[in-house]
Amino acid sequence: MAKVKGDIVIDIEKCKGCELCIEACPQESLETSRQVNQKGYLYIVKIEDNCTGCVNCALVCPEGAITVYRKVDKKKEHVAKITNVTKDINITVNE
Amino acid sequence: MNEKRMIEEDQHFEDVIAEESICIQENIVYEKPDTLTDTPFHYCPGCGHGVAHRLIAEVISELNIQEETIGVAPVGCAVFAYNYLNIDMTEAAHGRASAVATGIKRVLPEKYVFTYQGDGDLAAIGTAETLHTCNRGENVLIIFINNATYGMTGGQMAPTTLPNMKSTTSPFGRDIATMGHPLKMTDLVAQLPGTYYVTRQAVHKPGNVRKAKKAIMNGFKYQKENKGTCFIEIVSNCPSNWKMTPRESNKWLEENMIPYYPLGDLKIPNVKEN
Ligand code: SF4
Ligand code: SF4
Ligand code: SF4
Repeated sequence: MAKVKGDIVIDIEKCKGCELCIEACPQESLETSRQVNQKGYLYIVKIEDNCTGCVNCALVCPEGAITVYRKVDKKKEHVAKITNVTKDINITVNE
Repeated sequence: MNEKRMIEEDQHFEDVIAEESICIQENIVYEKPDTLTDTPFHYCPGCGHGVAHRLIAEVISELNIQEETIGVAPVGCAVFAYNYLNIDMTEAAHGRASAVATGIKRVLPEKYVFTYQGDGDLAAIGTAETLHTCNRGENVLIIFINNATYGMTGGQMAPTTLPNMKSTTSPFGRDIATMGHPLKMTDLVAQLPGTYYVTRQAVHKPGNVRKAKKAIMNGFKYQKENKGTCFIEIVSNCPSNWKMTPRESNKWLEENMIPYYPLGDLKIPNVKEN
């Protein structure tokens, strides 16, 4: 089952705390922080880890402060590479 | 045993990395376009100008016409537009942006030329220039931000102010009998034979932002066809002078502005050719 995972990075110094991204987010991942940035605005923080990378918040942000990342995990596969033992071993675990 | 634990630890470590490493270059689905400079906007929080600027920058970046585009900045809140767009830009006297754009386009016809004007600039002092530019069918793109007020000077009544809307010069609301009707510039220019593409968009919701971007993209692309003026109105907000929070202003825009200034295309090229 493909799993979509998104994440955002907010440039807190550019954010003016207008909250339009909060309104636009269908996942309700965003909230106003209790802290101000250098310009004195209450900037936005991501409070939930349920972002889908839908880009809505970045589209409505008047400051262009949000960068959105999205990754689709087709198959969950973890690869561990161990280099600090006697010889290199590659282990692949499929879930 | 020790080795096994190390493997497990590494596995755990890799899991954590796999969970957290999605913020990398290859996973970017949205970032600020490079045509937008790093200068922070001077606009009030939540102002639609920022989104409109970003959309123009995105289109210019995507069409890769940074070197071939010349913008004309207005007088009004967007007077510093040249600080934010990393392209050649010039400043026009109040209301004269479309006349300046005409001159630029006639001298440099291979360039993409656009103006960015607010309603005080385009629909009040610049009405004549705008109508005549559209009537002559100059091959320029006019981007018109309509927020129904004079933003920069402190919220006076604009030609586009809605009936009964309060402003500092219409404190009891705009009275149609004495102050006239709101001017629908976009509907006016759509009647002129010189215009090629006329549309009205908004940028208050993600869906509208996407549509507005498409319209701006069309506006730039049609310039290569040399068929006439492209005119894009963007219905926007002014939280500061409407005396609302940005969220309230967008709600008010949806409830009041859009019924008066309905969104959509007023003139699209293939309709004209029929
Ligand atoms: S990308 Fe979508 S889900 Fe993620 S924070 Fe932004 S609006 Fe919310
Ligand atoms: S939309 Fe942008 S400027 Fe407004 S609160 Fe969100 S991140 Fe900050
Ligand atoms: S005065 Fe109005 S239009 Fe001007 S920057 Fe502020 S919110 Fe935007």
